[in-house]
Amino acid sequence: MATINVSTGLDDTAAPLTSGRGKRKNTGGGLLRSIRSNGKAMAGAIILGVFVILAIIPQWLSPGDPGAEIYVRSLGPSAAHWLGTTAYGQDILAEVIWGARPALLISVVAGLFATFLSVLIGVTAAYVGGIADDLLNVFTDVFLVIPTLPLVIVIAAYANNHSLSVLIIVLVITGWSYGARQLRSQALSLRNRDFLQAAKVRGERRSYIIVFELLPTMTSLIVAAFLNAALYSILTAAGLEFLGLGNTSSVDWGTMLYWAQNNEALQTGQYLWATIPGLCIAALGTAFALLNNAFDEISNPSLRPVRRIRVARTSS
Amino acid sequence: MRYLLRRLGFFVLTLWAALTINFLIPRLMPGSPATAILARYHGKLSISALQAIEASLGINEHQNIFSQYFQYIGNTLTLHFGDSVQSFQPVAQIVAQAVPWTLGLVGITTILAFILGTGIGTVAAWRRGSKTDSILPPIFVVGTGLPYFWVGMMLIIVFAEVNPWLPVALGIDPGVDVSFTAIGNILQHAVLPAAALLITTIGSWVLTMRNTMVTTLAEDYIRMARAKGLSGRRIMIDYAARNSILPNLTGFAMSLGFVVSGAVLVEDVFNYPGVGFMLVQAVQNEDFPLMQCLFLLITVAVLVAVLMADIATALLDPRTRSAR
Repeated sequence: MATINVSTGLDDTAAPLTSGRGKRKNTGGGLLRSIRSNGKAMAGAIILGVFVILAIIPQWLSPGDPGAEIYVRSLGPSAAHWLGTTAYGQDILAEVIWGARPALLISVVAGLFATFLSVLIGVTAAYVGGIADDLLNVFTDVFLVIPTLPLVIVIAAYANNHSLSVLIIVLVITGWSYGARQLRSQALSLRNRDFLQAAKVRGERRSYIIVFELLPTMTSLIVAAFLNAALYSILTAAGLEFLGLGNTSSVDWGTMLYWAQNNEALQTGQYLWATIPGLCIAALGTAFALLNNAFDEISNPSLRPVRRIRVARTSS
Repeated sequence: MRYLLRRLGFFVLTLWAALTINFLIPRLMPGSPATAILARYHGKLSISALQAIEASLGINEHQNIFSQYFQYIGNTLTLHFGDSVQSFQPVAQIVAQAVPWTLGLVGITTILAFILGTGIGTVAAWRRGSKTDSILPPIFVVGTGLPYFWVGMMLIIVFAEVNPWLPVALGIDPGVDVSFTAIGNILQHAVLPAAALLITTIGSWVLTMRNTMVTTLAEDYIRMARAKGLSGRRIMIDYAARNSILPNLTGFAMSLGFVVSGAVLVEDVFNYPGVGFMLVQAVQNEDFPLMQCLFLLITVAVLVAVLMADIATALLDPRTRSAR
C-alpha cells in the first residue's frame, strides 16, 4: 500500500503515476484529468489562472503607471479608488493588479531553476550511487538544515543591488534542497525496477536512461517539487521585500506591505493597504499549496479520497 | 552507536559549512562588500572599532585569504565576535539579551504546534472520509500558504487595533522590569506573535501526521488489532499513531529552519525583542559584526535542535540503532 505504483514505465511517457490498472492508454491527458477530478487541485488551478490573467494584461485592467503618486493621500475606498489610496497618493487597486506580474515571475522562474537543480542533484545522486551519492546527499542535507531566511537576509544585506535577478538567484540557491531530497528517495526506490534494468541491458547510455526512462516516471513528483519551490519563493521573496531588502521602488505586494508598515498603516486605520497585498500573496501561496497537496495525492494513491479505497476493499 | 556518530559527524560538517558560507558571502559578492564596508567606516570609527570589524569579518588586507580564513575560524570558535558598530558593546553581550525572548517564544510555540498538529492529524486520519477529515486538512493546506508576517499584521488589526485587547508590540511594557512578577505582562505580549507562528506552522504537522498515519492504517498489524477486537481508541493511539510519529519527528528537524525563518518575520512585525528582530535591525543599521554573530547563533541553534531530534529518533526507533 505504501509503495508507489510506478511499474509501467516503458510505454507511458507523460503521466504513468496517474493511470491505474487497465488504463494504460491515457498518456498525455492523465495529468490534466487528475487535476480536473480533484477539488483541491481545481481550486488551486482557478486561483492561479486569475493571477496569470492579471499578470498578462494589467495594462488593460489598470492603464497608466501604478506607482505614480498623483491622487489625494490616504483616501478610503470609493467609486474612483475601489481600495482607496496609499499615504503617498497611489491607487491601491492599481498597485495590487500590477503586483501580480513580479510575484508570478519570481515564483515561477525561481521555482523552475530550483527544480532543475533538485532534479540534477537528487536524481543523479540516487542513480549514480556510491560515494557520489553520499557526497551529494550530505551536500543536500547541509543546505536543508541551514535556516534559509536568515541566510537570505545576510546575502541580501551584502548585495549592493537588490534587483529581481539577484533575488531570484538567492531564492534558487536556498530553495532547491527540499525537492532534491524527495526526488532522490523516489529515484532510489525506482533504481532497480525492471524497466531500468532492461534499458541498461539494451546498452543505453546512463544519461539516456535518466532523462528518457527514469524522469518520465517521476513527472508528478517533479511537478510537486516545482510547486513547493514556487511556494517557498513567493513567501520568502515577500518576506524579504517586507523587511525592506527587496527593490523598495518596485510595485510589488511585499514592497507595498513594507511601505504600509513603515507608514504605520495599522495604527492609522489604513487597513486595506496592509490587508489586500498580503491577501494576494496568501492566495497565490495557497494556490501553490493546494496544487502541491493534490499532486501528493496523485503520486501516492494511498492518500487519495477514501471512496475509491472502500470499493477496493470490498472487492478484495 | 554508528548512527549517532554519523549524525554527530553531520552536525560538525554542517557547522563548518555554515561558518564557511558566512565567511565567503561578503567576499564572493560582486564588488567585494567586505572591503567596501571597511572603506565606508574609515574616518567615522576609531581604530579599535575598525579592527573589531576586521576581526569579525576576518578581513586583513595584508594577509592572504587562507590565513584570513583560519583567523576567522579561530575568532569564532573562541567566541570573539568583536564589538557592535552601533553601540560599541561586545556583540556577544547584546545577543545574550535577545536569546531568552526568542527561545521562549519559538520554543513554546513549536511544542504547542507539535502536540496540537500531531493530535489533529491523528484524528483526521482515523476518521478518514468523515466530515472532520474533509474539512480540516484543506484548511491547514491553506495555512501553509500564508505569509507569516501578514498573519501577524491581521492579528494586530483584529485583536489590538479594532478591539484593543492585547498589546501591539514589544515583549513587555516599557518601564516594567523583567522579573517573575511580570510574567502576566510578558505572556500578554507573547500571545499574538505566538498565535501568528502557530497558525502558519501547525499545518505541516497536521498534514505530515495525517498522511503518514493513513499509510500506517493500511498495515496488516492494524487489521490484526481490529480482528482481535481491541478498542478503536487503543488501535488509534497505541498502534497507528505510535508508529506514525517518527516521520513527524524527523520532519520536525527538517522544518525547524522554516519555523526560525517565520520567527524572524513575526518578531519584526511585533517589534519583539528577540534574535530575529535584532537581526533585521542589525541589517538596517549596517551593523555587520552583530549580523554575522546572529546568523551563526541561529544556525547553531537549529543544528543543535536537529541533533536532538536525531538522538530522540535513535532512542525511539530500534531500526536506526541496528541499521548500518
